[in-house]
Amino acid sequence: MRAHLLRSVPLLSLLLQQATARYPEAPPGLAPAVPVEGADAAGAAEMQRYTEVIPGTSARFEMVPIPGGSFLMGSPDDEPGRNTDEGPRHRVELAPLWMGACEVGWNEYQPFQLQLDRQLRAAGKAEAVEQDRWADAVSRPTPPYVPMDFEMGVDGFPAISMTQFAARQYTKWLSMKTGRFYRLPSEAEWEYACRAGTTTAYSFGDDPKALERYAWYFDDSEDAYHPVGKKAPNPWGLFDMHGNVAEWVLDAHAKDFYGTLPADAPAVSPVNWPTEAYPHVVRGGSWDDDPERLRSAARRGSNKGWKIQDPQVPKSIWYLTDARFVGFRVVRPLVPPPPEQWARFWEADVASIREVYERQRHGER
Amino acid sequence: MSTQPSRRSFLHGSAALLAASSLADVAAARTRAGREDVLRIALVGCGGRGTGAAIQALSTAGPVHLVAMADAFRDRIDSSLAEIVAAHPERVDVPESRRFVGFDAYRSAIDLDVDVVVLTTPPGFRPLHFEYAVQKRRHVFMEKPVAVDAPGVRQVLEAARAARELRLKIGVGLQRHHDPAYQETIAHLHDGAIGRVLLYRCYWNSSGVWTRAREAGWNEMTYQMRNWYYFNWLCGDHIVEQHIHNLDVCNWIQGATPVRAQGQGGRAVRTGPDSGEIYDHHAVEYTYADGTRMLSQCRHIPGCWESVSEHAHGTLGTCEVSAARIESEGGWSWRHRGDPVDPYQIEHDRLFAAIRADQPHDEAEVGAQATMTAILGRMATYSGRVVTWDEALASNLRLAPTRYAFDADPPTRPDEHGRYPVAVPGVSVAL
Repeated sequence: MRAHLLRSVPLLSLLLQQATARYPEAPPGLAPAVPVEGADAAGAAEMQRYTEVIPGTSARFEMVPIPGGSFLMGSPDDEPGRNTDEGPRHRVELAPLWMGACEVGWNEYQPFQLQLDRQLRAAGKAEAVEQDRWADAVSRPTPPYVPMDFEMGVDGFPAISMTQFAARQYTKWLSMKTGRFYRLPSEAEWEYACRAGTTTAYSFGDDPKALERYAWYFDDSEDAYHPVGKKAPNPWGLFDMHGNVAEWVLDAHAKDFYGTLPADAPAVSPVNWPTEAYPHVVRGGSWDDDPERLRSAARRGSNKGWKIQDPQVPKSIWYLTDARFVGFRVVRPLVPPPPEQWARFWEADVASIREVYERQRHGER
Repeated sequence: MSTQPSRRSFLHGSAALLAASSLADVAAARTRAGREDVLRIALVGCGGRGTGAAIQALSTAGPVHLVAMADAFRDRIDSSLAEIVAAHPERVDVPESRRFVGFDAYRSAIDLDVDVVVLTTPPGFRPLHFEYAVQKRRHVFMEKPVAVDAPGVRQVLEAARAARELRLKIGVGLQRHHDPAYQETIAHLHDGAIGRVLLYRCYWNSSGVWTRAREAGWNEMTYQMRNWYYFNWLCGDHIVEQHIHNLDVCNWIQGATPVRAQGQGGRAVRTGPDSGEIYDHHAVEYTYADGTRMLSQCRHIPGCWESVSEHAHGTLGTCEVSAARIESEGGWSWRHRGDPVDPYQIEHDRLFAAIRADQPHDEAEVGAQATMTAILGRMATYSGRVVTWDEALASNLRLAPTRYAFDADPPTRPDEHGRYPVAVPGVSVAL
């Protein structure tokens, strides 16, 4: 059978070369930054909260400064509800960044997902901006067969049901649109920001009875997500870190990853870069989870079951048919990495995703 | 390369269809029955859904082998085969000699010594392929819809009768019938949980589906085959291709098909030359014989209210069928609970279990009725008239080209601006 497979490959690649490119190539250089009040900072001391604007749309969202520093990642052995993948606890050092005050909402995600920005331009309701020449070269999700909000609501609600790859492509598109480098947080950055200096099970203490003030979870969500930013924030002003929707981070989920980090020195900006499609980490728990999954240290890995009802093969690289509890938030490092490293944060990183992505990029299905 | 799917030469009556299956086929069937319990499958239509269906068939209990593949395009076979091999390397045996390309490929695949045929081409071909598979006495899994016009529905109904007489097992890809949440909810409705239903509402309002850009070197027939979703002779419009699921659920609850329909639709946003001839929205009011109404909407426009759902309103309460939730007067409420399952797998598990146990499994008629319900809706929106079930089913409007071949004339062509003629309510002949 392998022989059949191999024989078919040269033909397929030939077809790919002949196919018409569906997406334009991005212009050389970088998309220039769209000026936004408060978004620039010469150093960590100058970082302030700012409102990001997605040009050509009515979407806006708040970015909150997160100071650089170090913290103890993971949970103590005696934390109730703890899983073994949360240890050993280890010290991590992180650089300053801004983080979305809220989970990314459909209002921000849909212009990317449904190409609404292009439609607005085509209908004469918005002008093309300089940055659109870069943004239009970013691959967009295929049209979803069914409403991916699963009818829980759109306006003001968190975007869900996207794959980790789709979330990363969104951060690429957002970076092109704004001219500022956005990406998913690493798992360490996420936990650091969630804890906001605390060492308890939750950023408000250890008692799950207090969750209702801070989080949408199984007991108070009435079986659905809720508009972002309605509960109390954590000490650093971040909303819904516990609950509402679980949030993608950059890392692959490895139960023993913490044990592979050096014990005698802090890990500096660690990322467990994925090499397989599963499992990736989501953090924070969701509207559908019990309290222990909402803990600051709790980790959860994605699995194939999250696409079980996708009837097409290959299954979508953009959508999860069975994970209406997964969303994400974005970060922007104060000092972005050099542009040649950006692809690592944004692009298809697994062969099976890359293959489908390339086909679609060239106008095939 | 070409087939002449002549209606004139079509044998009328299931007896004639039975007679058409040759002695050789009977002999082949005996050989198959005598063989060990391996079920041999031919896949006809190797797109994303066909690939998924083949993998599901190969995932059923007991030995199942994929032995043949057919598609109009070679590249679809290659990409499909790679996926299926990756999922079930030990259950695939499709050497080069059993990969068939072109409009006639289905015959070559079905003619082989196979037990089950998976029919997952665009729906316009389904009647022809289903009829041939039954004639060759093969069990069938076929995707919905099962036709795109009334002659096609009649052809499927005829073949379904023959299949029943031959004790063939027929599965149709209306997977909601195999979803425990739907089964339990509808059982409650049949038990009177909301009294007598007065009104159904159902929706497939979404942002649309894929398109493929025209490539240099493609002729018009190739373009339409590659973009089959946007051409009625292949797809039937999205009210038929997608919304059929929701219409089918209401029929299931009602236990009947509608007697008439009226509706409206058009192209409000998706109007470009890459969007063929189908509408981007339809809204239809169906009426059942007892006066019960079904209000239906389907839309392919991004950025609007989206819903894929069915709802029933009764004398004693309401039911969100697709959410498996019932609220009845007097405070009784019910909600299905259970871990998510994959109804696409279950529908194959049941079909293959029925084949192995020789138990009845006959979904062709329900599939044809659901298909006709959707076609009736399209006839109503395209014509702007009230259309009855009986006149719709009797329609002789055939959408297919006179000949299936890449050098044949497609039934519609673009004008000098690349735009295709589109149905005009009040003017167009739709049935």
